[in-house]
Amino acid sequence: MSTRKKVLWGIGAAVIVVYCLFPIAWIVSVSLKAPSDLSNESFLPSQVTWENYELILTGSASDLFLPALRNSFGICLIATAISCLLAMFAAYAIARLDFPGKKLILSTALAVAIFPVISIVTPLFNLWRNIGLYDTWPGLVIPYLSLTLPISIWTMSAFFREIPWEMEQAAQVDGATTWQAFRKVIVPLAAPGVFTTAIIAFFIAWNDFIYGISLTSTEAARPVPAALGLFTGASQFEEPTGAISAAAVIVTIPVVVLVLLFQRRIVAGLTNGAVKG
Amino acid sequence: MSTTTLPPTKKDEPVSAPKARASDRARSERKLGWLLAGPAFAVMLLVTAYPILQATYESLFDYRLTDPENRSFTGLTNYWVILTDSLWWQSIGVTAFITVVTVAVELVLGFGLALVMVKALRALRPVLRAAILIPYAVITVVSAFAWQFAFDIQSGFVNSWFAWLPGVSENTDWFGDRWTALLVICLAEIWKTTPFISLLLLAGLAQVPEVLQEAAKVDGATRWQRLWRVTIPNMKAAIMVALLFRTLDAFRVFDSIFIMTAGANGTESVSFLAYRQTIARLEIGLGSAVSVLLFLAVVLIAFSFIKLFKVDLAQARGE
Repeated sequence: MSTRKKVLWGIGAAVIVVYCLFPIAWIVSVSLKAPSDLSNESFLPSQVTWENYELILTGSASDLFLPALRNSFGICLIATAISCLLAMFAAYAIARLDFPGKKLILSTALAVAIFPVISIVTPLFNLWRNIGLYDTWPGLVIPYLSLTLPISIWTMSAFFREIPWEMEQAAQVDGATTWQAFRKVIVPLAAPGVFTTAIIAFFIAWNDFIYGISLTSTEAARPVPAALGLFTGASQFEEPTGAISAAAVIVTIPVVVLVLLFQRRIVAGLTNGAVKG
Repeated sequence: MSTTTLPPTKKDEPVSAPKARASDRARSERKLGWLLAGPAFAVMLLVTAYPILQATYESLFDYRLTDPENRSFTGLTNYWVILTDSLWWQSIGVTAFITVVTVAVELVLGFGLALVMVKALRALRPVLRAAILIPYAVITVVSAFAWQFAFDIQSGFVNSWFAWLPGVSENTDWFGDRWTALLVICLAEIWKTTPFISLLLLAGLAQVPEVLQEAAKVDGATRWQRLWRVTIPNMKAAIMVALLFRTLDAFRVFDSIFIMTAGANGTESVSFLAYRQTIARLEIGLGSAVSVLLFLAVVLIAFSFIKLFKVDLAQARGE
């Protein structure tokens, strides 16, 4: 490639980076503005202040934000763990065993993945009220499985197809049963795929908003996105813009860390699951 | 000049499991298969099939949670009420508008992003990959807030930055008018989901055989011709899969609308309408009917994609 072309593609790359990070930079900037500074009409704060972070971490808004953060972590981790465990067995069967119904399971996963969330919320809202699951952790973990399980099955079976299965056969030749071969040989080989799937499933659960606002009513189970959406200021005359931005920055940090650490794997997971030639 | 594609190569069958040689083994394999995949299958059915059946049942009743005594069977009345109401058609219009605009822009923009990622220097790729994953991974609600604050009449910078544009001034209230509000909602959606499309298209680009590009170049095809005659036809499967997933995803738009306008000024989507009927107004019967209709719409879209455009998901998945 000529130098001119290199520079052109380099500029293209820079444009992409700015495009991707601009709104994030903006919300960070808002979170560092004092309330009086919010309408300064410029991108950056005229003076950096940490008071928004104090407000949500130790101040008056902390009893709204901190329980929501705990709920989000707890519920998302449990839902991710359950769906990865179920998907692990299912994906092994799909990638490895020859049995009728493989296609049925994959198409069901696809159908569930495109299912409109709101259509699940309506009946669950009524049912959860009747059986006491409304506003509880299990009341969110169960519907979260509808988000995390299909993508886990797809992503993981794509990963499992790439595993060198001869090693399992070798173990079986050496006298291991199918189950032993799975546990002792395949699990260690499959671990990276399972881990990547877990990250993607976690992202999806972490992103949920509809279940969060519909199936909870207090800080007993309300996750962060729902808490943010229903956030109001200290008084009705005060816009909670700064506090929301600070909370938004805090919940974005784990996501950014995961992306920076595991970007290559996440891309492989996302594209393996959906497109393979 | 016709499009240039390689004939589809037959996928290798899994080497193991010689079929029908040992029927005992085949039977035990089948049993193990369902034993392993069964729980996941059952859970998937339980969390979707059961609710939609329940919703279908409840949609046949006149049922308000605030007035449970007067629950009565009304047949298809709820559907009639919805389908003759202009609110429903307005929400369908808004949803369709957002879907068409965002998916169309994302496809073009995503293709551009994918091309830059292919062509950019190897050293830049990890940076680009990480940057592109960030919008994908950021919570939709957070992205909606970021865009809302940017366009906000008080806290935003957009009005002062773009005051030189005709129609934009210090006092432009982006969320006060239907079309400008929808524009901002679309912008937020496009920002958030273009990276996902570009990753799918990037994977598709990688599948275009280099040989064909070289051959076209030798034959004297221009860059533009190579793009349209070689690159795009060869990544049709990837494009279709990306299109299908994004269309269905966009059709369920909810989070951004809830945050930015809460459905005001005629910006209500179908999902939002269902939410408002059920959760805010506690009209279980009407809300269920909207949910069922939305579900049917999604099924219809998926079905027509697969039939009309012949999206072969099995082929795209390498089976």
